[in-house]
Amino acid sequence: MKKMISRRNFLAAAGVVAAAGVLTACGGSSSSTAASSGAASAAGSTASGDTIKVGVMGPLTGDVSVYGKAVVNGATLYLKQVNEKGGINGKQIEILTEDEQGDETQAVNCFTKLVDEGITALVGDVTTAPTLAVAAESAEYNMPMVTASATAEAVTYDAETDTVNENVFRATFTDPYQGVHMADYAYEKLGYTNAAVIFEKGADYNEGLAENFIKEFEAKGGTIVDDESYSKGDVDFKTQLTSIMGKDPQVVFCPNYYEDVSKILKQARDIGMTCPFLGGDGWDGLEGYATADQLKDAYFCANYAKGSNPDFENAYKAEYGEEYPNGFAPLGYDAAMTVVYGLQAAEDAGLEAGSDEYKQAVIDAIASGTIEGITGTFTFDEHHDPVKQTAILCFDGETPVLKEMF
Amino acid sequence: MTVFFSQLINGLSLGSIYALIALGYSMVYGIILLLNFAHGDIIMVGAYMSWFVMNQLGLGPVTAVCATIITCTVLGVVIEKVAYTPLRNAPRISLLITAIGVSFFLEYTAELVMGSGAKVIPAYYDSKTFMLGKVPLGLTSIITLVVTVLSMLVLTFLVQKTKLGKAMRAVSEDMDAARLMGINVNSTISFTFAVGSALAGIGSVLYCCSYPQATPTMGSMLGLKAFVAAVLGGIGSIPGAMIGGIAIGLCECFVSAIGLSAWKDAVTFAILIIVLLFKPTGFLGRKVQEKV
Repeated sequence: MKKMISRRNFLAAAGVVAAAGVLTACGGSSSSTAASSGAASAAGSTASGDTIKVGVMGPLTGDVSVYGKAVVNGATLYLKQVNEKGGINGKQIEILTEDEQGDETQAVNCFTKLVDEGITALVGDVTTAPTLAVAAESAEYNMPMVTASATAEAVTYDAETDTVNENVFRATFTDPYQGVHMADYAYEKLGYTNAAVIFEKGADYNEGLAENFIKEFEAKGGTIVDDESYSKGDVDFKTQLTSIMGKDPQVVFCPNYYEDVSKILKQARDIGMTCPFLGGDGWDGLEGYATADQLKDAYFCANYAKGSNPDFENAYKAEYGEEYPNGFAPLGYDAAMTVVYGLQAAEDAGLEAGSDEYKQAVIDAIASGTIEGITGTFTFDEHHDPVKQTAILCFDGETPVLKEMF
Repeated sequence: MTVFFSQLINGLSLGSIYALIALGYSMVYGIILLLNFAHGDIIMVGAYMSWFVMNQLGLGPVTAVCATIITCTVLGVVIEKVAYTPLRNAPRISLLITAIGVSFFLEYTAELVMGSGAKVIPAYYDSKTFMLGKVPLGLTSIITLVVTVLSMLVLTFLVQKTKLGKAMRAVSEDMDAARLMGINVNSTISFTFAVGSALAGIGSVLYCCSYPQATPTMGSMLGLKAFVAAVLGGIGSIPGAMIGGIAIGLCECFVSAIGLSAWKDAVTFAILIIVLLFKPTGFLGRKVQEKV
């Protein structure tokens, strides 16, 4: 018995030692091959100069996939078009796509995976929270990234510490920018001098637009006669609208999403209110939710007006077999265009792809560049937000049409 | 002053809808002591029915109104037969939990079938606004008020003057005694559900006149508000439900009107807590003697 145990122990111990030896050997060799292959591929891509790797990420599945797919499709469309025209200085772009499922942790994992795969720049992310997570991670690598659609200020600029995230840019305008812009439009172009506001309280988007509209409109010299709010999920707005009607404004700014806007417009007419309404890009989708009478003299702003660039819309349809789904697709297209603009500069300078100088060259080029996008021509301000005109839309019956760029 | 009267009308029309729904709660509670939490979701199903008939089938508003009320009535009776009748002798907590289950079942089935986005219900009629002196009066408000008052008159007649009404009152007084007197308790209870659900159907149409969108969860908050109205008026009491509904509607409007719209729901549910603490029988509820 005793003997057997000891023999067994001996065998076990021997086995463990042997296994450990094998494992160490394996581990050592595998890591070294990975490193060497990585180095080889990095060196190879710069030496042979065949491809430039660009990462594209967004939520392709899950709750917010409707936005993610639009951005990724829009961005991929542009990158493919660049390849068809011969790439950047003869180098083809290799598109690496990741699905982050709308999740912050997943987004960071996708980003590090893309970095491991050797991307030189990133188009992404899509929604605000994951974009913030990726932006924080990307700072370590100084990886140039352009988000198509994240509107929160903190993505590119930290107001508390007054620091700009040097490597991050965005193609969409921000929430405050829309509010300011619509106030300017109402006062300067439409000639309104007194206005009222109705918005959903407790929602960043709605409050951001409303507050900045009020500030700007008053700064211009206009008067805000009433500002009313409501809570998420409310369906009855007649009380607030009655209060507004009692103050007799010339126009009402209603920066809410289209389902609420539809109810507000209907109830306004129900209580006998006749003044026109203005809105932000949350009105995108209002078609079919409001009548021509309710939309008389109404205006809203958006990044992109349907029909304003048939080339893009036709190309999208040809590539994906369906109409572009929403305003996120053209923004994805422009985000990709911004990235390529930066890469072009770095390639022209003949820098080594993926090196620190290369990334910095991309960032510098974007920061000082002018992008002639399909959502308008834009440059970047000191907070890396685009300075661009917005599309102002009015309604032909129930259909939104481009009024002008402002 | 003009604004005050406008707000009064807003409050009355909102309150009317609450009152119609609260009636359904109250009647069902009165007869089998069940808080039918699926009641609000019956309204949701009715709203989808209106949408389906007018938008998908392209039929006229009259058909839509009839289809909605019939659907709600049938649904109410089916729910009673399938979910509540087998539990007639079970503890009341089982009934309550079943009611919550039915509510979730309806909501998530609707979400599965119709999707989570809102469906726009076409207008039943062209909206107009009349001027009453300086006070603008919407056609929707007038219709809401008139239909509610008419429904309540018919209901009162039904409960007080007809044989079925007498049976309902008898069953709610004492189910066993009523059975001994030869009243068919099962059909009386089904009839009560039918009447309550028909009122929900009318409520659904009126709701869609004012707020023409159908979403899967539209009934839950509406149902809760109507429940508060029923408790405030005295649960089990028909005139109480009317008074409670109007009171909650007016209260919500005036809370919003003084600029506290964010507190509107909080005030409504604070009323529920206060009533339950200090006067659980509400305005017109009967004081129930505990039987030993």
